[in-house]
Amino acid sequence: MSDALLPLLIALPLLAAIFPLLFGLRFERVGWPVAMATSLSVAGLAAWLAWAVSPWSGGSRRFVHDLAGYPAPYGIELVGDGLSALLALLIAIVAVAVLVYARTTGPDSNAFYSGFLLLTGGLLGMALTGDLFNLFVFLEIVGLVSYALIASNDDPRAAYGALKYLFLGTAGASLYLIGVGYAFVATGTLNMRDMATELAALGYNDPLVQAAFGFILIGFMLKIAIFPLHTWQPDAYTYAPDTISAYISALVSTTAAYALIRIAYDVFTVDFFAANPLITDAVLLVASVSIVVGSLLALLQTDLKRVFAYSSVAQFGMILAAIGLQSETALFGAVIHLVGHGLMKATLFMGAGVLSSAYGARTVADYAGLAKRAPITSGMMAVTGLALVGIPPSVGTLGKWFIALGAVEEGSWGVAALIFISTLLTLTYIGRLLETLYFNPLADTDDAAVAGDATDAVDATDDSSFVADGGVDRVATERVVVVVVLALSTVALFAAADPLAAMLDPVFGRFFQ
Amino acid sequence: MTDFLGVVTTRHAYALFVLLSAIGLYMMIANKNLVKKIIGLNMFQTGVFLFFVTSAYRIGGAAPIITEGAGPYVSPLPQVIVLTAIVVGISLTAVGLALTIRLYSEYGTLRADALREVIGDE
Repeated sequence: MSDALLPLLIALPLLAAIFPLLFGLRFERVGWPVAMATSLSVAGLAAWLAWAVSPWSGGSRRFVHDLAGYPAPYGIELVGDGLSALLALLIAIVAVAVLVYARTTGPDSNAFYSGFLLLTGGLLGMALTGDLFNLFVFLEIVGLVSYALIASNDDPRAAYGALKYLFLGTAGASLYLIGVGYAFVATGTLNMRDMATELAALGYNDPLVQAAFGFILIGFMLKIAIFPLHTWQPDAYTYAPDTISAYISALVSTTAAYALIRIAYDVFTVDFFAANPLITDAVLLVASVSIVVGSLLALLQTDLKRVFAYSSVAQFGMILAAIGLQSETALFGAVIHLVGHGLMKATLFMGAGVLSSAYGARTVADYAGLAKRAPITSGMMAVTGLALVGIPPSVGTLGKWFIALGAVEEGSWGVAALIFISTLLTLTYIGRLLETLYFNPLADTDDAAVAGDATDAVDATDDSSFVADGGVDRVATERVVVVVVLALSTVALFAAADPLAAMLDPVFGRFFQ
Repeated sequence: MTDFLGVVTTRHAYALFVLLSAIGLYMMIANKNLVKKIIGLNMFQTGVFLFFVTSAYRIGGAAPIITEGAGPYVSPLPQVIVLTAIVVGISLTAVGLALTIRLYSEYGTLRADALREVIGDE
């Protein structure tokens, strides 16, 4: 029964994506209810799946569904295990949170909600598929919808950011496809589990297999935005509408990184890394550079969304480093950091969105003294920012701790040191934001009025209506509530290490058998 | 040298895949014109499709419809993959061109360097 959940999770949002446009012919503002109903159902199904594969349900820990009834090596397989169920749950939760946030913020068009649902379906597809080519198709669905959603901002620079993303994203997906092609020529199969056995039989030092992994790795590095292939990401996150920045930054790179973990450990397996120390070293080197340079670039930015965007480059560098470490502890940290980073970035982008639509703040300097006007949102941004730094108790601590612990266990002291340095750099840029928010005097009201042109739906230019603590009054309450709930969840997840370990145990047992 | 000649003569389709992809990728990166960048991207993808189709080909292979005494067959799976990938490629081209039109109507230029200057991209 539970295996029927898998196709339903993907098909539901994809099919529902038609309705906002279809009903939009007759009614206005039908998109939000449709998207919300679908996302809530998806969240329910994802929670059910997560429960079904968890150790507490007592049932099977891995569900497989053969699409259209064609058995595994020939047909396309959908797989739900601890790892993919966790990702599906994260996608569903962030989708619901973003929708709550989007109700008053927009972009208020039925086309946006169609795109949103397509994106959700594509992400769930990436999380649940067990077939390499099917993964490419979902990767491209996610990519296409992301480009369109980013460009939906009124700011024409959004189209520029989206086009840049389109070029690099498509190149990344095509490189991934070349890698899959090589692996297919080498093994004659596209099913992940089947290919894992075929590759093991073929030997991991076959040049074709090495080339296949190289292309797949580079393709995903483009999609995840690892330095120096990150150049699309800051523009895309900065110029996209706030709602979409939050959604895309939380999930798109995250799901691509999940897919890389899945392919690296489920298809190529840890033996491949052991047999190819050069590739492993290259992964670690690129990851290390990404950690440091991403943090440094984040430090240099003035636009707050850009700070967060470059911070993602550093965080995904850590996740890539964990992939290269071949350590169970580090990979566990990577999965936690994947989930934690998604939640934290969603919170930070939404918090920034609340403050920017209320006060027109875009650059870090614009946030001067806003903690007095919007204490709740600022407080939650402070909590999440500190979680991103890794101050306990927070999910950021857990992720970084386990990655660093894995690095130490493997004797990679360099990686552990870099994570520590990056933490200090993160503290610097988050500290600068907190200082500006809490200790700098309020910006000149004239400046605030000029900056107000970037706002939507809220009358931010009307300074006569200014009241102390106006931050909450000026934007819809539910947007603040979402930020609060997500921020608190990043703290609460600090306690989730043991249940997560229990949930991921069979998956990791297979990865590191 | 003989190795190189051997590759060119017996694996020319693979050589063509590499050449087409490389030219397309170079065109996408180096050309300043946005439309030509999209053409380069298409060429890159077409090279990849060619690789898949080539990998399925075998000399004297029949169409993969099982009949008595026919065979060997060419592999149908890569062709299905390429069909799907072509659809994806067309959608990407459409989105890319739509974005280019938007940029042209906003800024009046198709040159990437001019756009970068106007937008202040670093």
